[in-house]
Amino acid sequence: MNRRDFLRFTAGAPLLPGTLLSTAGVAWAAAPAGARYRNLLVLIELKGGNDGLNTLVPYASPAYYALRPKLAIVREQVVQLSDAAGLHPALEPLLALWKSRELAVLLGVGYPEPNLSHFRSIEIWDTASKSAEYLQDGWLTRTFAAAPTPADFAADGVIVGSSDLGPLAGAGARAIALANTEQFLRQARLAIPEGNARNRALQHILKVEADIVQAASHLNADYAFKTVFPEGGFGNAIKTTCQVIANRSGVAVVRVTLSGFDTHSGQPGTQARLLGELAGGIVALKSALIELERWNDTLVLTYAEFGRRPKENLSNGTDHGTASVHFALGGRVAGGLYGEQPALDRLSGDGNTGYAIDFRSVYATVLDRWWGVPSAEPLGGRFAPLPILRA
Amino acid sequence: MKSFSIVAALSAAFVALPAFASTPLDYDDARHLLNRTGFGATDAEIRRMIGMTREEAARMLLAATRTSAVTAAPAWTNDAGPLRYPRRGEGASEMERKQFQQEQIRDGLELRGWWLDEMLATPSPLTERMTLFWHNHFVSSQQKVRLALFMYRQNVTLRAHALGRFGDLLHAVARDPAMVIYLDSAQNRKGAPNENFARELMELFTLGEGNYGEQDIKDAARAFTGWSLDRDSGQFVFRRFVHDYGSKTVLGRSGYFDGDDVLDILLAKPQTAEFITRKLWREFVSPDVDEAEVMRIASRFRDSRYDIKVALYALLTSDAFYAKENRGVLVKSPVDLVVGALRQFDLKPGEPVPFAVAAAAMGQNLFSPPNVKGWPGGETWINTSTLLARKAFLDRLFRADDAGGNAADAPARAMTPAPKQAIAPGGVQESEVARRIRFLRAMDRGLKSVQFDSNAWLAQLDRNERSRTDAATRLLLACAPQGAADPTNAPLAMVRQIVLDAAYQLK
Repeated sequence: MNRRDFLRFTAGAPLLPGTLLSTAGVAWAAAPAGARYRNLLVLIELKGGNDGLNTLVPYASPAYYALRPKLAIVREQVVQLSDAAGLHPALEPLLALWKSRELAVLLGVGYPEPNLSHFRSIEIWDTASKSAEYLQDGWLTRTFAAAPTPADFAADGVIVGSSDLGPLAGAGARAIALANTEQFLRQARLAIPEGNARNRALQHILKVEADIVQAASHLNADYAFKTVFPEGGFGNAIKTTCQVIANRSGVAVVRVTLSGFDTHSGQPGTQARLLGELAGGIVALKSALIELERWNDTLVLTYAEFGRRPKENLSNGTDHGTASVHFALGGRVAGGLYGEQPALDRLSGDGNTGYAIDFRSVYATVLDRWWGVPSAEPLGGRFAPLPILRA
Repeated sequence: MKSFSIVAALSAAFVALPAFASTPLDYDDARHLLNRTGFGATDAEIRRMIGMTREEAARMLLAATRTSAVTAAPAWTNDAGPLRYPRRGEGASEMERKQFQQEQIRDGLELRGWWLDEMLATPSPLTERMTLFWHNHFVSSQQKVRLALFMYRQNVTLRAHALGRFGDLLHAVARDPAMVIYLDSAQNRKGAPNENFARELMELFTLGEGNYGEQDIKDAARAFTGWSLDRDSGQFVFRRFVHDYGSKTVLGRSGYFDGDDVLDILLAKPQTAEFITRKLWREFVSPDVDEAEVMRIASRFRDSRYDIKVALYALLTSDAFYAKENRGVLVKSPVDLVVGALRQFDLKPGEPVPFAVAAAAMGQNLFSPPNVKGWPGGETWINTSTLLARKAFLDRLFRADDAGGNAADAPARAMTPAPKQAIAPGGVQESEVARRIRFLRAMDRGLKSVQFDSNAWLAQLDRNERSRTDAATRLLLACAPQGAADPTNAPLAMVRQIVLDAAYQLK
């Protein structure tokens, strides 16, 4: 749906200047009665742009092996999911999820007119903008502005282990960024939310102080999990994620980041290590969510700014690409392969692939189907949800 | 390039000024100027500047700038000779590679401490602020470059040109070894171009997004083929056998360009001067850009053959810089907050590394910006996690003695291991988590190595003019405090209350 269709669609509403469409709309002032924010969303960002072709390997494709004489994963090592595609060997721990039909693999997730800059492309993903449209607020910020979470939630969302708020950036969202919950609670007493802001920077600081006070009154850090979390940065971030989820008052979304996927050189070792961390983290996350009896109301999604170019470069790595593969998992996910493997014999002029699933369709699945909140306004148009959820 | 003397260029700039002299700076003006161009001005520094005109003050600050550091660099920066990069497939064992990695982490920490020391010790804080500005413009990160020595050399290059000519800086950075590694120039070869450097060059270093096309990037990348690094000497090298000598078209101009030609094509574009000026505006004046002013200053900047001092002089004497509505509108960066507090309160850390690590925990790890775009800064410095890290840092600097923070802690301080030891190879038995905990504990103890004498500090403020609370507030806050100060507070509690006020996060 393009902008003009969208305007026609909202014909009943006062005509808004283009930029206003990006901010909280007037159409949905309060959460619709059916908003289901008890359904939790966990976002895992694969920062740097994970190489999709070596994540879900088209091991039956001669074109794949021709494009990647050095980097291709040999057929014998692929964890086969179908007669054409299989997982990188480091993702073997996810096979159990696949077999229990709780892992959906989304092929060719991207968008039209792809941008190859890290910052610009992640900005497009985070704000759910069109390729040439510049929006300030994250897609989740806009969602919560239009359809607020319950007031007794600890926060709208928690960003674990990163100070970049991504989809929760911008004015309005109650976003908590923390590295670990214990430290957060210990330090929260230093927050002083009162004041009389005269400029934007000061207003921002005072709002953050108020968010801290609210979150600290709800979060706890002492849930004793039986789950053993992997060592290392990502394992710790998953553990913190689970501590946040263990709070009784709820959050709608937790975002956690795994960095280092910008593999211009030396890709094989780096990607294997990172995908191993990802798989180990996801396995621990599932185990902990089952302990909390939240696995059936949690949807886990991976995302990244882009995938990588099909043809390997001369530095044993890959350059910035376009569409990529992503995972959706959870107790109510309908496992399987969705979308299409990129056509490796029909690359664009710069050697990149087209896309099969618009990333905003993934977001629409979250909004329309998972939370039951309208998706057209936050996403700037109608995008068809994916059939990846069981009723 | 014909060389102009800085003095000549500056005088040319002065001539172009309006004929009237500005009103002399008062206390608030001087504090504003010093805090925006340096780190945490002291009362004495501010008083020395009262009564100068804007022009005199700007001229004084610019005349005092340097091209090299005053603090002695770590001994390993003098290492010459071949670089040891133990690499898999070249006989390096797993153990050798791990040792190398830990050595680079240790050196990197020492390097962060060295720069922090320089920010504290320098007679020209503006020099360090501009070096930091360029570090955040021509980003390279030790995360990718790995070799601390290259990060040091890049820092030296940035400082040498920090207030020189932007063109010289650009040409120097393009062949800087850390940059060559960071943006994959070494992998850019004829027939197999790597566009990373060419893309960021246009998007982030010169023109800004929207002022070039994909084809410009592709051809510029071809022009830089062969710009590489000699792994033995650690020096830039041009490898003519992998250079693409073909014709290129960049921004409408065609020719058999090499990398330097492309840089000059970019420098000739007014958009480059505008892009840099806009960034300087956000750094020094306000997050809200006055486009007309930026255009005025950018054209002067470009006409001066990109003399950075000319651009800064214009900014620092502008009405907008001193406008009331632009006071207290910039968020202090973590380095600003940490170095500023140490300077303002005359705190002398025995060991600087823990303070650099504290800034990293607040979101600014020197020599390791998050990505090639650098730290986005402004309001993004402050979120729930970083605000608490800032407040916890300030809180512990001004904690009462009996809480184990200050003088009573002297014996513990004597036992504080140097950071080098804190991350010394712990043997194979030590897990990553254990090493990390040991390191953080050592850093934590290191923060206690400073002692604040609240009585002595307050006594040096001018008490005749105002009450001590008012004098301290006026020195420390760029805008009115959010909470009312309690005049019955003991000195230490009074200072703590002021620094924990939201207004202390601003400048």
